[in-house]
Amino acid sequence: MANTKNDIISQLQKDILQWEGYRPPPAGKRKLVGLGPVEAAFPNGVFPLGTVHELVCANTEQAAACGGFVSGVLSILMQNGGACLWISLSGNLFPGALKAFGMEPDRVIFVNLTRDKEVLWVMEEALKCAGLAAVIGEMREIDFKQSRRLQLAVEQSRVTGFVLRNRSDKMGSTACAARWKIKPLPSEPVDGLPGLGFPRWQVELLRVRNGQPGNWIMEWSEGKFRPVEKELPEQQKQMAG
Amino acid sequence: MEKRFMAIWFRHLMTDWLTLKQPELKEIPFVFATLDRNRIVITAANPVAEAQGVHCGMAAADAKAITTDLRILDHIPGKEAKLLRQLGLWCIRYTPIVMVDLPNGLILDISGCAHLWGGERGYLKEIVNKLRSSGYDARAAVADTIGTAWAVARFGKKTPLVEPGMQAQALLSLPPAALRLEPLILEKLQKLGFSIIRSFIQIPRTVLRRRFGEGFLLRLAQALGLEGEILVPLIPPVPYTERLPCLEPVRTKKAIEIAIQKLLETMCLRLQNEGKGIRKAILKCYRIDGKMVQAGISTNRGSHSVSHLVELFELQISKIEPALGIELFLLEAPKVEAIDLIQEKLWDEKPGLQDTALAELLDKLAGKVGANAIHRYLPAEHNWPERSIKQAASLMETPVTRWRTDRPRPVRLLRRPEAIEVMALLPDYPPKVFTYKGRRHIVEKADGPERIEREWWLDQGEHRDYYAVEDADGQRYWLFRSGHYDAAPQWYLHGYFA
Repeated sequence: MANTKNDIISQLQKDILQWEGYRPPPAGKRKLVGLGPVEAAFPNGVFPLGTVHELVCANTEQAAACGGFVSGVLSILMQNGGACLWISLSGNLFPGALKAFGMEPDRVIFVNLTRDKEVLWVMEEALKCAGLAAVIGEMREIDFKQSRRLQLAVEQSRVTGFVLRNRSDKMGSTACAARWKIKPLPSEPVDGLPGLGFPRWQVELLRVRNGQPGNWIMEWSEGKFRPVEKELPEQQKQMAG
Repeated sequence: MEKRFMAIWFRHLMTDWLTLKQPELKEIPFVFATLDRNRIVITAANPVAEAQGVHCGMAAADAKAITTDLRILDHIPGKEAKLLRQLGLWCIRYTPIVMVDLPNGLILDISGCAHLWGGERGYLKEIVNKLRSSGYDARAAVADTIGTAWAVARFGKKTPLVEPGMQAQALLSLPPAALRLEPLILEKLQKLGFSIIRSFIQIPRTVLRRRFGEGFLLRLAQALGLEGEILVPLIPPVPYTERLPCLEPVRTKKAIEIAIQKLLETMCLRLQNEGKGIRKAILKCYRIDGKMVQAGISTNRGSHSVSHLVELFELQISKIEPALGIELFLLEAPKVEAIDLIQEKLWDEKPGLQDTALAELLDKLAGKVGANAIHRYLPAEHNWPERSIKQAASLMETPVTRWRTDRPRPVRLLRRPEAIEVMALLPDYPPKVFTYKGRRHIVEKADGPERIEREWWLDQGEHRDYYAVEDADGQRYWLFRSGHYDAAPQWYLHGYFA
């Protein structure tokens, strides 16, 4: 009896997911973005494409880390010749560095703006354009209504959006599929050589719709993400479940 | 259709203009004069001076002797052209094709225009009367050719209207100067006793050619209509133009939208048939208060899609101020390009930069936020970080060189390097501690230096020694020292690594 109840509940949960737009990938056509264990935190174990992700960057250092992390994800999304739009407030993104994260900088169109309002308008218009692989928008803050507009735009076009928020003091809820925080971490020397190692980040999933928030350490080496197995402090271990 | 031309001659263009500006000069003889080969030569004389025997080309000293109270003013170079241009623009209300005919005339192509004023007589009368009442002493003539109209306007004694095909008859009694000939040929004709055209028009062409050259024959043939003549319009007509007059003046947003939609539909149909697309379009709205407002759009790639172009114009509608109402819409496409008709793909996975939807999106963004906010970069062959990327000219441009990945480059590069306070243990060692914006960063790991020399053929200054450093928190920076390590080297922070 208990078994059937559980079955029914899990079946219902699956149905709800489907109604919400999370379709389980057809067998053999799993699209991975190379994030390894992080992807397991999402519903159905798939990095949700065709939605809006929110990345919180408190300072320029974190914004740089977000830039690297997003570029790594984009390199997979843009694999088959797609183009993306990067709407920037600071205008200090350096295209020459993006190649190191596997993406083609000449297939990125940069839009430099100064006001949040303009960024939101451009981002919404861009997200409606199904020809793009992804749209990245840097803005100071975003509220629920604005994020909902973006979410509605992507539901038609299935474009993936990334919102890079600068202001982290006020964080209300948004309609984004996930909220990330990427912090730079000290790198490990490679083969005991002095100097800097591979870029390493603390990847935090603060909030996931229908998924499990978590905390991982990732490294970008040899053109792909590599999870770093580390002894997490006891408290975080519990959080990660 | 038979071509008809009107030539207008302003007998006293310069002096009329000055009299209009200074009415007190009306009764005073005055001339414009300029220095020509050590003589002061008169370039224009007003009717009062002319009545006393002063004429153009006369030395100012001689004129002064004839008329003692003659006022001599400096000739203003280029003024005629300006005046004629203004008069020509005014004439556009009578015909769209107007040419400035220096130094003192206008040529109008009036084919198919005259009936609106009740025939050529009424048309000519209207123009001449309007010009005369505004203060310009104008004479005009209408003929089948520019040459004959020009001749009759200046030298004709009888009717100013030359019937179609009657050029030769009209010219017979005119002096050779009516043929727009060079002074040297005119002098020759005068020496030979040819005082009117009738006396040489029958002479065989070979004889005329031998004596007066090819230019003479060309002018004669042009006046008779045997040779064509090119008319350079003051305002070149835009080949792709659509007009939409309104029965009632409109002033609502919706009405303007409908007008745009209608204009674009007809224009796009035409463009589609010719395989062309709009790159630039201008919507001109003529208001009932006589003013004209316009809005323009441009696209990244030729387009004849009505829906897309309407969208672009919709962003501009707020800039159109209808005031009391708009009575005429004019849509012009000054820039069109041939577009390849592409077959719609049945299965396209992820189109890249060649995607039409993307080009349309960028047009829209450019209309809203300005085209100079949108960039795309290509690698440039420079080591200097600021110059290592260049802007792509178009969406189609592909990189010629590869993106370099052999050197570490920061994800975020500051536009301008910012000065930092640094403590380094040894010369040419990476810094141990640096302070940026009041925060101390203790450097744990560092790579470098990577020396980047200035490109001396482009600019001058010190080279830079770059270090990639990581502080205790794991934040990675790109620092550099400007110049060699000497007494007080200046350090800068230039970027942030991921």
